Amino acid sequence: MAENNSIWEALGFRKASGVGEAGWGRTLVVAIVSLIYFLPVLFIIFTAFKPQDAALAVPPTLSPTSLFGLIPQQFVFTPTLENFGSVFMRSMTPGGAPEATGFDRYFFNSIVIASSSVLLALVIGTLAAFGFSRYPLKGNDTYLFIILTTRMLPAIVVIIPVILMFRVVGLSGSYTGIILLYTAFNLAFTIWMMKSFFDELSLDVEDAARIDGSSDIKVFFKIALPQVIAGLAATFVFGLILTWNEFLFALLLSGPDTRTVPVAMNQAVSSGGRGTDWTLLAAIETLFLIPVFLVTFFLQNHLLRGVTFGTVKR
Amino acid sequence: MRLSPDNWKLAILVGLVVSVLAAIALPPHVSFWIVGAMAALVAAAFVVNAYRRKYYGGLLVAPAIAVLFVMNIFPLLWSLGLSFFAYQSNQQSIRFIGLANYTKVLTNDIMAPANWGALVNTAMFVVLTVTAQMIVGFLLAMLFAKQFPLRKYLLILVLTPMMLSVVASGVFFSYYYDPTFGILSYVINAITGGQFILMDSKAGAVTGIVFADAWMWSPFVMLLVLAGLVSVPKYLYEAAAIDRVSKWRQFWTITFPYIRGLMMLALLFRTIEAFKLADLVILLTKGGNDTMTISYHLIRIANEQNKTSEGAAISYLMLFMVIVLTNLYLYIANRRSQGD
Repeated sequence: MAENNSIWEALGFRKASGVGEAGWGRTLVVAIVSLIYFLPVLFIIFTAFKPQDAALAVPPTLSPTSLFGLIPQQFVFTPTLENFGSVFMRSMTPGGAPEATGFDRYFFNSIVIASSSVLLALVIGTLAAFGFSRYPLKGNDTYLFIILTTRMLPAIVVIIPVILMFRVVGLSGSYTGIILLYTAFNLAFTIWMMKSFFDELSLDVEDAARIDGSSDIKVFFKIALPQVIAGLAATFVFGLILTWNEFLFALLLSGPDTRTVPVAMNQAVSSGGRGTDWTLLAAIETLFLIPVFLVTFFLQNHLLRGVTFGTVKR
Repeated sequence: MRLSPDNWKLAILVGLVVSVLAAIALPPHVSFWIVGAMAALVAAAFVVNAYRRKYYGGLLVAPAIAVLFVMNIFPLLWSLGLSFFAYQSNQQSIRFIGLANYTKVLTNDIMAPANWGALVNTAMFVVLTVTAQMIVGFLLAMLFAKQFPLRKYLLILVLTPMMLSVVASGVFFSYYYDPTFGILSYVINAITGGQFILMDSKAGAVTGIVFADAWMWSPFVMLLVLAGLVSVPKYLYEAAAIDRVSKWRQFWTITFPYIRGLMMLALLFRTIEAFKLADLVILLTKGGNDTMTISYHLIRIANEQNKTSEGAAISYLMLFMVIVLTNLYLYIANRRSQGD
């Protein structure tokens, strides 16, 4: 892929030339496939803008606009922003006065917990991956396999000892506890990903730098690390997506002050006894989607170029 | 013994003595931190020692191993131990019973059929979801492999499903499949004129779950495969074009070697995740229509029925199977890559 050097090229408007480039014909085909693939998400986002009665309409309402009469009136709903307001303020009992739902706090918790644990796992995991790649220990593969097994058991099996341990130590319901647990949760994937990136780098440059008198620390920071920045981005995005949406650990380990959005979402949807509140759930999910969506979008270039660098054994 | 920051033997000795004294004399929530501090002391001694001996491998790996040990391996060993005891999390008593839990979950007239049923279902879900994800992910990756206008804006649309919270996607798929409100039943009813309920049969329920799961996680496979596809040097294709190599042969001799490793990684992680499939089943069928998976079964046994030690026994049998399977994968992957 060539470097983007103008706005137009950044937007993808560029002539198809040579091998590995396709024109607008490909865009059309992929656009149709992508939109079909995206439809279930689009429906959730639209539901967030629906009035309550439109969400329960039969047949289901599908679009906020009739697209100049293209879509029959029975499938069209009038968009509203009400649902987003009721994410943060709504009456908890039928007919009661609106109360704060605490969702601002839950969003804050999700951001703090997910970002710090993914970053922590990235730092620790990258160091370990470099160690596994460059300074193999006795039984290196065994260590790597044991690390992989930590991801193999369902959360429910690990959780009971962890709950007991946290209770004894006084970590239950604290940020520290859940951040540490998520860090461990992310480590296996981080190490396996980053190791495959480091394995791909040419050792010649590093050896040359060593001969010229660079310390091992300098080789890591100045030579190895800059080459895998893209890999770091990819691992960060995957880790963020998994941690951001993690449900079972959060359900059983977070206290009232550290509750994350997926747990609160589940409670908000199933409480009240009126059946599932589709519009509220859709509004929460739409808001909840924005941060990961933006992060992924801005790291996307790295994501592609990134994984490119690593993982492929040659 | 000399007093020096890299004397790890002395550090272990001091650490052990202080820890034991603290554990005996002080309440657990205080003594834990003292034991922790002693562990840090020992660790610091090891670090200094390793640094002076230029033992960088151990040094770099140590923090990760420490976190994993405290948060994963220690709890795993704990539940392994628990599987040899009779223990229920809502009772105080605990009694060593050896392998009785294992024989019970494998042979008991009431428990065994449910366990085996859940296991067979899990195997079915693993095969179906992972196959679907690999195929869909691969095809999507092929679509995005070349550079074309607006590519990054379309790519993010395909990536969005895996960013959704399982709660939301599960609840909304149950809405799409709903016989009254759902879009699926509406469309099929309009065509056939009958009353269509997807989740009414086992085949329908399995299809529904597999479809939702494959939709959510195919983008993960796509991204890894795509990374391999864009890494193929273009001059290889140009050379192949000059030599008039057929597209089919180009794929197998040029493209495939570049994506094989990544497909293996995707296959490995998706298989491990598919073995743990529970949340979608809970949200879509609650295990009805014979769609119970081993992971959901475990949640019921360990959390709702408080049969902690039996749950641990089941999960270790499950871990054994996953380990055998992943080792098989890694064996094949290694043999292939060495075969070149």
